[in-house]
Amino acid sequence: MKTVTITLANPPELYLEGQNITPDNFAGKKAAEIATLDVWEGKLKSPLGKYFTVEGEGGATAADTKIVLRGDCTRVKRIGQQMTAGEIVVEGNADMYIGGWMKGGKIHVKGNVDSFCGIGMEGGELIIDGNAGHHLGSSPRGEWRGMQGGLIRVAGDAGNDTATFINGGTIIIGGNADIHVSTHGEGGTVIIKGDAKGRVGGQMVKGDIFVYGTIEYPLPGFQLVGEVEQEVDGATARFAHYIGDLGERHPVSRGKTVYANIYTRL
Amino acid sequence: MGELIIKNGFVFDPLQEIKGDRMDIGIKDGRIVETSALSSPKTIDAAGMAVMAGGVDVHSHVVGPKVNVGRLFRPEDKLFKSPLKRCDRMEMGFSVPSTFKTGYDYARMGYVFVNEAAMPPLHSPHVHEEIRDTPIIDNAAMPVFGNNWFTLEYLKNNEIENNAAYTAWLLRATRGFAIKVVNPGGTEAWGWGLNCESIHDPVPYFDITPAKIITGLIETNEFLGLPHSMHLHCNNLGNPGNYVDALDSFKLAEGYTAKNTFGRDQVLHMTHVQFSSYGGDSWRNIDSQTKEIMDYVNAHDNITIDIGQVTLDETTTMTADGPFEHHLRSLNNLKWANTDVELETAAGIVPYIYSPNVKVSTIQWAIGLELALYSNDLMRTFITTDHPNAGPFIRYPRVIKWLMSRAARDETMKTFKWLDRTIESTTIDSIDRELTLYEIAQMTRAGPAKALGISNIYGGLAPGMDANVAIYALNPEDMPSDPDMIENAFSRCAYLVKDGIVTVRDGEVVAEPAKRTVWVDVKVPENAQVQRDIYEHFLRHYSVGVENYQLFEANLHNPRVIEVDSTQ
Repeated sequence: MKTVTITLANPPELYLEGQNITPDNFAGKKAAEIATLDVWEGKLKSPLGKYFTVEGEGGATAADTKIVLRGDCTRVKRIGQQMTAGEIVVEGNADMYIGGWMKGGKIHVKGNVDSFCGIGMEGGELIIDGNAGHHLGSSPRGEWRGMQGGLIRVAGDAGNDTATFINGGTIIIGGNADIHVSTHGEGGTVIIKGDAKGRVGGQMVKGDIFVYGTIEYPLPGFQLVGEVEQEVDGATARFAHYIGDLGERHPVSRGKTVYANIYTRL
Repeated sequence: MGELIIKNGFVFDPLQEIKGDRMDIGIKDGRIVETSALSSPKTIDAAGMAVMAGGVDVHSHVVGPKVNVGRLFRPEDKLFKSPLKRCDRMEMGFSVPSTFKTGYDYARMGYVFVNEAAMPPLHSPHVHEEIRDTPIIDNAAMPVFGNNWFTLEYLKNNEIENNAAYTAWLLRATRGFAIKVVNPGGTEAWGWGLNCESIHDPVPYFDITPAKIITGLIETNEFLGLPHSMHLHCNNLGNPGNYVDALDSFKLAEGYTAKNTFGRDQVLHMTHVQFSSYGGDSWRNIDSQTKEIMDYVNAHDNITIDIGQVTLDETTTMTADGPFEHHLRSLNNLKWANTDVELETAAGIVPYIYSPNVKVSTIQWAIGLELALYSNDLMRTFITTDHPNAGPFIRYPRVIKWLMSRAARDETMKTFKWLDRTIESTTIDSIDRELTLYEIAQMTRAGPAKALGISNIYGGLAPGMDANVAIYALNPEDMPSDPDMIENAFSRCAYLVKDGIVTVRDGEVVAEPAKRTVWVDVKVPENAQVQRDIYEHFLRHYSVGVENYQLFEANLHNPRVIEVDSTQ
């Protein structure tokens, strides 16, 4: 695997739209060619080299390409958007839409990210060492086909509207989650190691949510049906099992009605 | 404006029965003229290409409140599909494109006239503001009458003359073009949570049947002598077994003949008939009844239809048929918008995916094509996709490809998951017919123009008509062996001349000539009773005053008035 290191030398005055910073776009290119890729500051298009210094070169394919971002990328959006393979490491913070619509490969952000990260995700891994903003692993606005697959792991807290319209894949939040988790969900798994604020699983049809701490304001549409022992993220624990959202339609599979499940740790 | 001559093309003009003759078309000051009338024209070399009049779309939902709600509640329809700034204005969206994209894309396909299929009268200012913002193409809009309280009351009491006076007033108040009827009575019943599932189901409170609404509006239309006929979206649309209801509705037109001075022969235009040609009694055993439908249509020349072809895309359904949209929502569980328009109509919107993996979708695809392929008279059978209900209008070239090429149909059918079941439930696999360029010209310009009563202005290339000419890079003596070339040629015309101005060249918009709003102004005798009824209804029931209800001149963009005098 070949590594390209890009360092933010001239930080933008506005936010930078960096959807071209993906292994797919960097693959097969030398440093000078990578420096000519388009980025947008507001509505103004510029070459990537205006803001970043570029070292190294891309591998033959996306899967052979690793990108390392250095410098303060707090204002760089859309890193790794729609990437299909390869690896990205952001040494510090990053802005919104990191790993949006990604299909494969791995992104590791060592700091915090802002909202809309991992939205419309279909596959791959998105690892955040710090906190994530709102709409983590959510569906793009208006879209009813949310996260389809892949893994999002956030060590810290997440904002509100995590995993809206989730259909598949797994989101693991090490800390707390704000309101609205898996709203309209029809599959997938969300694991919250800390507390959840409320409105967890609203209008959820299918899928699982695990909460290790407490749900401050649980929804009345979920009903306690028993206790279960489950293996979650490599460790086994006992949970109270709720089904719901009872106000929503539910499919019938092999004669049995399928509900969404919320598990809270006992 | 200058002069233009289009030389050596193969000209297809069904209005003059010109079937691909090599001839020159002269243009002067925005009109078609004899070539002898030209002095020093610029030349367009159309050698080896097909020359037709600018396209005319009989039925398409392109402007107005429900289209705009579709745009607003489907932001995902624009995701990664915009912005594409190719022309003066931003283009975005797919199934519910922005007004700008609508105008540009129609022009790229060689269309010049689009009839907005349903205008809620109360919201006519919105419709006209969007017409103004839709570049290049001329628009007309049909106000909906089939669930209007005035109409229901007049027709219940057999007051055709009063209904005619009201109709004339409403056409003027909304700057409307023709009488549109959507699920007659059923949309009003929807206000009670009900529907009229056959033409004999009485409307709650008003106690009138859809059959009586349909015949009453046909009589009203011919009493006034409007350019277009009554334009019907029939009851029980989109449900298995509904071909019976379509036939029942057709039969209501028996005995009526067209009375007008606009060259129109039909008294009933039945729209998107694909949605009304289903046999069976459930989604499990739905099948095609196009043979029954087209046997009837072929034998009765006072009827025209358009097909409403399913294009197998992800699209957005939108109609004034409120109960139907609710039904659709319960089938696919997607988001749904619904509204009531006081005293007049309602509307619903639901996104819909017509997938080659779904049996019902592929049967619907076959049904639309069968309607056209079974037609004996393509001057009475038009291409539409009921945009955006069965698919976006940008797929017309693909529909043309399917109609012109058995190989293209076979190629598409190969992608069907339920091919055997589709072939069992339809007759598409037994049809070898391939339509000709002349027949396509009938279905996309001459026929619709004649049915709309505007064939003295649009849809043909006779001297005196508007200089709207579309040139396609297709040689009728050497048609491409690859059917995709047909689709490409109709998607991006070689030239579009609108009002004598070269508007599109090689599929790109190069000029934006002024667009027009076409409406119908009917002169009727003074009618004190109707004046009083309008005053009363607005006083008691409407949330707006009658003065604010009628369209302000400021809302009307570049009008072209078609005058009708029914006092004679």
